[in-house]
Amino acid sequence: MSVALSTKNLSIHYGTFKAVNSVDMDFEANEITAIIGPSGCGKSTALRSFNRMNELIPGTRVEGEVIFQGTNIYTSEVDPVELRSRIGMVFQKPNPFPKSIFQNIVWGAKINGIHTDHDQLVEESLKAVALWDEVKDKLKQSANSLSGGQQQRLCIARALAIRPDIILMDEPTSALDPISTSRIEDLMDELKKKYTIIIVTHNMQQAARISDRTAFFLNGDLIEFGLTKDIFYKPRDTRTENYISGRFG
Amino acid sequence: MKNTEMARRLSRRRNLGKVLQLVFLSLTILAVLVLGVLLGNIIDRSFGISAIEYVSKYEDISADGALLEDSDDTALIETIVLNLRPRTLDAFEAEKPLDQRTRVELLEILEKELLQPSVVRSWSLMESLFARKAVNAELQELWPDAKARWRSWVRAELLLGSQSMDPLYAGIRGAIIGTFITILITMFVALPLGVGAAIWLEEYAPDNRLTRFIQTNIYNLAGVPSIIYGMLGLSIFVRYLVNVTQGRTILSAALTLAVLILPIVIINTQEALKAVPQSLRHASLALGASQWQTIRHHVLPACMDRILTGAILGLSRAIGETAPLVVVGASTFLTHDPSSVFDRFTTLPVQIYQWTSLPGDAWRNLAGAAILVLMILLLGLNSFAILLRNRYRKEMKA
Repeated sequence: MSVALSTKNLSIHYGTFKAVNSVDMDFEANEITAIIGPSGCGKSTALRSFNRMNELIPGTRVEGEVIFQGTNIYTSEVDPVELRSRIGMVFQKPNPFPKSIFQNIVWGAKINGIHTDHDQLVEESLKAVALWDEVKDKLKQSANSLSGGQQQRLCIARALAIRPDIILMDEPTSALDPISTSRIEDLMDELKKKYTIIIVTHNMQQAARISDRTAFFLNGDLIEFGLTKDIFYKPRDTRTENYISGRFG
Repeated sequence: MKNTEMARRLSRRRNLGKVLQLVFLSLTILAVLVLGVLLGNIIDRSFGISAIEYVSKYEDISADGALLEDSDDTALIETIVLNLRPRTLDAFEAEKPLDQRTRVELLEILEKELLQPSVVRSWSLMESLFARKAVNAELQELWPDAKARWRSWVRAELLLGSQSMDPLYAGIRGAIIGTFITILITMFVALPLGVGAAIWLEEYAPDNRLTRFIQTNIYNLAGVPSIIYGMLGLSIFVRYLVNVTQGRTILSAALTLAVLILPIVIINTQEALKAVPQSLRHASLALGASQWQTIRHHVLPACMDRILTGAILGLSRAIGETAPLVVVGASTFLTHDPSSVFDRFTTLPVQIYQWTSLPGDAWRNLAGAAILVLMILLLGLNSFAILLRNRYRKEMKA
């Protein structure tokens, strides 16, 4: 097992508010790690700090380290633009570009200078998210014409097309219906063979179903982090147990 | 008990709703009425009966004393040669020999140079249509020699004619050309500057005191009376930068207007950029796009229609501005059409302003006609803008 990403003493502030409080985590490569916790516990904030998307929110301050490929990504030699092409992200609400399906896939590759056959790239990426059969005849159509679930799979395909090492998912199914959700869950199981996936989810059943490891956040603190089956079946911390059994959240 | 109370309240709420709806409807009708009255007033001025008096009568100056209707072309030429001053005659001959001119052209020379008509009184369209008797009576009593003629003041001669001190012959060609050149330069200066500034403020600028200070000032500048911009233009573009602009020229006017609409363009563009959802920017940035790539490929295309609308609004404002141009030094009388940016200038609104301040009915009619032309011009520009915007929208959806 190798570590794809790790944090050391990571704290994140919004102005005077401390959203994440000195967190140490190691994310194993080719695994799915789920981050769970009640609203406002800092799980999304932590996720966004892994590819420096949190910097887009004014007033954010990061302390500690996030280490990717042996380098702290918050040192000056790391360019966030390049970093984000190595660590992709899928958002809570599907946000395809208002362009054609084809353009949605190839645009990221184009600007990152990945020179490859575009038709092949589109087919590969769409097949990887099991969307190819549904859209292969309407690649020139606007991505907005797709259903919510299809749009979200397109967004995942778009992230895959730039060949990242890690994919961050911020509650990717919370805006979707159960059928679309289960399709994306099936998909993630396939994707982890090639990618490392870190997913923030509100849905504990989802975390239990799909993840290899689970981290539980509460009020900015990492309460418990371990194998998913341990977290769910024999939590060491009573707060974890209370949350998982639905006593708060 | 409770139910009747509930029903009473409900009916009160419904009634309030109905009353408000009526108020809003009547306000809308009022607005439309005001616009209608404005337009009607302008049209009322632009057409109608004019009483025209001639300084001389044809039968008094013609060689054989015949009436105008009985004279053939040769007789007309004879009369012209007989009466016109030699120098003026030579000028006409040099332009095009008299015997090669058509009857219409001969009549034109005859009327303008020798019979010398002038409008002694003109009536509005409404008066001409519905109070014809009163018009005739007034005519009989006050100007028995005058001829009453229907006249449309919006005419080809108005569009194509050059400036003149005679309202019967005055045209707005110079003013139209001036307006077009001015607006073109204003557009090329104000749009890149305004859109650029808006992109910086909205997409790049950090949220600190300086930016907020700049932002507040831009909002204030948008509300500054336009005459102040005229003073600014006068002192900076006309006086200080005289080596660049050469004084009271089209360039000075255009730059002044550009500064005037700059805040409007900036604010409109900022609003357009604000309307682009953050999720679109995030989608692009998360793919490893740089900020400029995000703006160039996603943000700008997504709000181009709104930016264009804002730009057109700004330009419409610039076309209609009068006060700053008067201050910057629009010419009261142009001897030739402007042909370069360093020419002296006048624009349509300035021309209209000058005409309305001249004494005599005819100038007011002429101003009305010019206003119609200006409004059609603005309407055309706005329709073009809407078409352009709709085309962009369709492209984005396709």
